[in-house]
Amino acid sequence: MEGSVAYDNDLNLKATELRLGLPGTHEEQQAVSSSTVRNNKRPNGESDARNETAPPPKAQIVGWPPIRSYRKNNSQPKKTESEGVGIYIKVSMDGAPYLRKIDLKVYSGYPELLQAVENMFKFTIGEYSEREGYKGSDYAPTYEDKDGDWMLVGDVPWEMFITSCKRLRIMKGSEARGLGCGV
Amino acid sequence: MHKKTAFSFPDEVLEHVFSFIQSDKDRNSVSMVCKSWYEIERWCRRKVFVGNCYAVSPRMVIKRFPEIRSIELKGKPHFADFNLVPDGWGGYVFPWIVEMAGAVPWLEEIKLKRMVVTDESLELIAKSFKNFKALVLSSCEGFSTDGLAAIAASCKNLKELDLRDCDVDDLSGHLLSHFPDTYTSLVSLNISCLGSDEVSFSTLERLVCRCTNLRTLRLNRAVPLDKIANILRRAPQLVDFGTGTYAADLRPDSYSDLAGAFSSCKELRSLSGFWDVVPDYLPAIYPVCSKLTSLNLSYATIQSPELIKLVSHCPNLQRLLVLDYIEDSGLEVLASSCKNLQELRVFPSDPFGVEPNVSLTEQGLVAVSSGCPKLQSVLYFCRRMSNEALVTVAKNCPNFTRFRLCIIEPRTADYQTLEPLDVGFGAIVQYCKDLQRLSLSGLLTDRVFEYIGTYAKKLEMLSVAFAGDSDLGLHHVLSGCESLRKLEIRDCPFGDKALLANAAKLETMRSLWMSSCAVSFRACKLLGQKMPRLNVEVIDERGPPDSRPESCPVDKLYIYRTVAGSRFDMPPFVWTMEDDPSLQLS
Repeated sequence: MEGSVAYDNDLNLKATELRLGLPGTHEEQQAVSSSTVRNNKRPNGESDARNETAPPPKAQIVGWPPIRSYRKNNSQPKKTESEGVGIYIKVSMDGAPYLRKIDLKVYSGYPELLQAVENMFKFTIGEYSEREGYKGSDYAPTYEDKDGDWMLVGDVPWEMFITSCKRLRIMKGSEARGLGCGV
Repeated sequence: MHKKTAFSFPDEVLEHVFSFIQSDKDRNSVSMVCKSWYEIERWCRRKVFVGNCYAVSPRMVIKRFPEIRSIELKGKPHFADFNLVPDGWGGYVFPWIVEMAGAVPWLEEIKLKRMVVTDESLELIAKSFKNFKALVLSSCEGFSTDGLAAIAASCKNLKELDLRDCDVDDLSGHLLSHFPDTYTSLVSLNISCLGSDEVSFSTLERLVCRCTNLRTLRLNRAVPLDKIANILRRAPQLVDFGTGTYAADLRPDSYSDLAGAFSSCKELRSLSGFWDVVPDYLPAIYPVCSKLTSLNLSYATIQSPELIKLVSHCPNLQRLLVLDYIEDSGLEVLASSCKNLQELRVFPSDPFGVEPNVSLTEQGLVAVSSGCPKLQSVLYFCRRMSNEALVTVAKNCPNFTRFRLCIIEPRTADYQTLEPLDVGFGAIVQYCKDLQRLSLSGLLTDRVFEYIGTYAKKLEMLSVAFAGDSDLGLHHVLSGCESLRKLEIRDCPFGDKALLANAAKLETMRSLWMSSCAVSFRACKLLGQKMPRLNVEVIDERGPPDSRPESCPVDKLYIYRTVAGSRFDMPPFVWTMEDDPSLQLS
């Protein structure tokens, strides 16, 4: 209870004492002002974007420019699929209460993608082999391709994968083991 | 109990009078005159608009308005459109449908925006509302064509099925074939967002044929150009038409067939679609251009000369959506040809390119502002801007109600003077006294917010990104903008002070979004404790905010007023700050 009185003082004194001082002159929070641009989805994190003298490289800021995703996907002629537009797909994991979304363009290959998914859902996929699929865990990463079929991640070349993958599903348990054992 | 004096009307008379009052604001005012008016009004209110589905519970709404026929709900914050709201945040419509299914069986119309709609919800709608007439889903997700099929199959009186920019799971269920053969009530159908769903053309043609009241038909990309003529011939009464893909290998006779089909549609006023346009086929629409009031070419990847030709055929255009392929030259032609233009939206063809790929600059905007006296609403993406241009635009268009400028590179200065664009936007808010919506971009200091707080008295929605220097900026807006309802901010150095000092203001607004700013977890907690009628949601995918020091800034913050208390459907990455009654301001 007493602790909140301190907050009250904080509110009454400092909040109403709005000065035209330079930002960061007297607040313990001033450290945050330099890192306001955070690129959650980029592995090669962007440095402080307030540095206006250096024009930023082509690394994208999440949600900028503010264009809706269906517009990004639809308005380009086919040839620009390889340029800066992200490929966002949904990722579901059996047993998880909610889905996630990732941008496949961010990853350079399967190992990076699988690592990211492992981190996202806090689990480990096994080791991939062409013969036996994923061994060593209860999970198998699968994806739905353009034809609506569910495929095991890793069988096709990466470039082919990212253009044909519509969504990702981490299968668990007996369903997963069935896939891994080679049909 | 109140006495009926000789001067009070019988309830039926008042009800009849109220039936002429349609606007929500007026209805709300009526209900506050006195208790008896409140009672009469609530029994005869037929339409309810809930701008934030978490501001009130479905039960409360239905309890107060038991006889509604139409409900409109909005869910996720606007920045969800740009992937800033993580999946699973919320906005589920199912609890609403469940409540209404039981209590409001005569519901006719459901309009949803940015909500999560499941097939289960759609099936429940199909089952529960015998007189269901209109379903409008705008930017919704979570459902598939199976759910839609249930609606098509069961709703005999359905007039409107409008899917705007929804993310639909295409299960190739041949949606249209689920409309029974006896079904003829369709007035408006918009399936433009259905991706790969194969449309059976014979089914479509038969549907169009038997639904003689059809006024709006927007097809999806899967419908090829050579099928359009047959559809148009069967629906010459169409007012609003959206093509599918506008490309084919047309034989000369099928081209003239198409042109003939368009010219048979004497009522056509609005066109859209135009994916993959082959310019040679555009002249097919010339017969209808002179009467067109609305044209959406924002998917048409055609170049300036073709756009210019097209636009010069449309003198009555009021609304134009187009890609920046139109360039400054095309906008100059627009300015001289389309004197009735009210709304212009120019989208970027290459949003992530660093170098401009087209010659579209501030000049195009200036030209349109100068030539089109009725211009009210602008959305403009470009790569450079100047204060001079903005001041000119502001003086040319004092009637602006919506001005959204997106300079693609964040923090871009005035390209002529290298100064911030404060003065330019300042002019906009100063001259455009009726401005309701404003989106800022470019290099901006706290000064622009001072202008906004001083002049933008009718401003209801403000979008801010990569702008400002300090809390003073936010303070100007919160303390000055009297009509402000929605404020969304990303990547600005706004922190605790302005927010806490203006806490009471937040209860007068629908919502505030702040992401990648400098608001500490401590301030969020404090706000949540002191303001019981606000939900203060901290959205942070890094993990629980109390696993970090209190002074750490939260990733995303969404604050909205509510009479429903904390919600129960939050995902693991959302925390609502708790009320503490002992801390309330008296």
